[in-house]
Amino acid sequence: MMKRKQKRSFFEILVAMALFAVCAVADAMRVLPDAMPWRLLAYLVPYGWIGWRVVWKAIRNMVHGQIFDENFLMTLATVGALVTGEYPEAVFVMLFYRVGELFEQMAVGKSRDSIAALMKIRPDVAHVEVIDGLRDVSPEEVSVGDILVIRTGERIPLDGVIVEGESSLDTVALTGESLPRDVTVGDSVVSGCVNRQGLLRVRVTCLYADSTVSRILKLVEESGEQKSKSEHFITKFARYYTPAVVLAAVLVAVLPPLLLGMGNGALWREWIMRAMTFLVISCPCALVISVPLSFFGGIGGAARRGILIKGSSYMEALASCHTVVFDKTGTLTKGTFAVTEVIPAMGFERDTVLRMAAAAEVYSTHPLAVAFRESVEEKGYLPEAEQVEELAGYGVRVRLDGKTVCVGNQRLMAEAVADWTEDRLCHRAGSTVYVSVDGSYAGCVVLADQLKDDARQALEALKRCGVRRTVMLTGDGEVVAREVADALGLDEWHAGLLPDQKVEHVKRLLIDTGEKGTLVYVGDGINDAPVLAMSDVGVAMGVMGSEAAMEAADMVLMDDGLLKLSEAVRLCRRTLAIVRQNIVLALAVKLAVMVLGVLGLANLWLAVFADVGVAVLAILNAMRTLK
Amino acid sequence: MKKVFEMEDLDCANCAAKMEEAIRKIDGVTYVSISFMAQRMTLEAEDAVFDKVAKAAAKACKKVDSDCRVILK
Repeated sequence: MMKRKQKRSFFEILVAMALFAVCAVADAMRVLPDAMPWRLLAYLVPYGWIGWRVVWKAIRNMVHGQIFDENFLMTLATVGALVTGEYPEAVFVMLFYRVGELFEQMAVGKSRDSIAALMKIRPDVAHVEVIDGLRDVSPEEVSVGDILVIRTGERIPLDGVIVEGESSLDTVALTGESLPRDVTVGDSVVSGCVNRQGLLRVRVTCLYADSTVSRILKLVEESGEQKSKSEHFITKFARYYTPAVVLAAVLVAVLPPLLLGMGNGALWREWIMRAMTFLVISCPCALVISVPLSFFGGIGGAARRGILIKGSSYMEALASCHTVVFDKTGTLTKGTFAVTEVIPAMGFERDTVLRMAAAAEVYSTHPLAVAFRESVEEKGYLPEAEQVEELAGYGVRVRLDGKTVCVGNQRLMAEAVADWTEDRLCHRAGSTVYVSVDGSYAGCVVLADQLKDDARQALEALKRCGVRRTVMLTGDGEVVAREVADALGLDEWHAGLLPDQKVEHVKRLLIDTGEKGTLVYVGDGINDAPVLAMSDVGVAMGVMGSEAAMEAADMVLMDDGLLKLSEAVRLCRRTLAIVRQNIVLALAVKLAVMVLGVLGLANLWLAVFADVGVAVLAILNAMRTLK
Repeated sequence: MKKVFEMEDLDCANCAAKMEEAIRKIDGVTYVSISFMAQRMTLEAEDAVFDKVAKAAAKACKKVDSDCRVILK
């Protein structure tokens, strides 16, 4: 949609075109007397109509000391054309300049809007429960502990915990993941998700300002602050470009006539005209606008996929990533245990061993108990245990179907099993739980943290993206680390690390990587803030809702999917490629116009056409990043 | 102190760069960044002189582009 100001410009341009057409037709039909003032006066009508804003702004800005202001340059070029008698050219340049400007504003407005649209997660209203029913308030006014009601199809306005109802949530706006997430009482929900079915009552756990939605919005809005090298380059370039081109224009206007013949009026006129083409292309705006526009679009497009990048400088860094360092637990692995193997002893069934272990562990407070419960749950039946005794540091002893069952570590086995020998020890990666029945060894169950389903695929994708080195740093033991590293084909891994040793490793890797590229660290954002901050790009993943991680990281992956990483690299590369295309395209066209201008092959028509055309192309190209 | 100001009618990307340049020269400014796309200015200056600096920054913007307005709040 055009804004008021843009509509006004559009109207002015249309009228100017009509006026210009009338003048041109009259001119062609020789209606206008050739005598000096009449043609000029006729063309001054459309010129004044379309150009007065530019001229006026040029004067105002000049008073403020802005000499190389684009308005001033356009004014100078067109006045120059008027003075040398090229009236239609003067009008055309001004007209086309305004067309370009309008187009620029519309393009920028459109890309701003489309980012606002894909960021349309800002809730307008929250239904808060009060004594006598519901009250609609703005999310900012809700306090912690309030109960909110969220109806079907509504967006959750603040983070909270479900106290009543169940639903499946649409998280696509946050994570880019279209699979809905089922939630029920006791689950925490994140603002920005849409309630797809049923009525939810949610107890608010944080203020709006701290909620996920406002943190995401803030992050995207502030992303323009971390400017990339390309942006710095282009603004610096623009600083010298304009004065240099203007200087060249002066030289072109003055030098050849001085050298070739001072008194020759036609010569002067010819070279001044050629110099005017320089002024027309001296405005760097198309160039300067297309770079931040591309990055802005890239960041917006990534955000829509659940990849939040905190600034274009990180986009640049990510595009040239060489080494990727992973944390293990919660990053490469799910961070939750599951039964990976059951090894029954002679004379026992696999299923019996697992069932006994599960029945006993149900009463345990041990974190592994959950894994047991899940592994047996699918199979249904679980025997009822009696006389449960928790033996701290050993395990559990229970009565199951009249038998004494011990479930625990090897120390427990040494006591419970008469013929226990060390060679029964299991050396698989993960935690092992041993089971004995009535004093004889029944077998063991191995539980391990599981690789994420997409971990292998994600690492292969990264390699295909040109990542040279993948490293895993973990605090876990060697056996587990080796297994993960082998399964994933990592280039390097280090196990049993304390947090400060992780820092040391990253320092070393940073030096190693050196000029070859950048180092990206991927963690779950828990306990690795120093490493996140140290690396060129710190990535926190699966942090929908974790404040600390979002603060410390340079890039945030909203869900657990590791594949997002290579997707992000590809996105950044594409954005950077577009930025480069724009820079090269704009410079090449401008240079070509300058050369042609000096040779007398380019007139003002061509110059302004090329200048606006290249701006339009660059902007259209930049807007591809949004896709 | 660091504060973010919204800007109105910031129509030209090159102007944003020039404004940054001008503001950086104001006494007391420790950091400034203008995002043309987001139409915002992030300004950091010493607490004691912050309001004065902010006013000067708004003036500097006006000087570069007379149509542009910084919303000081």
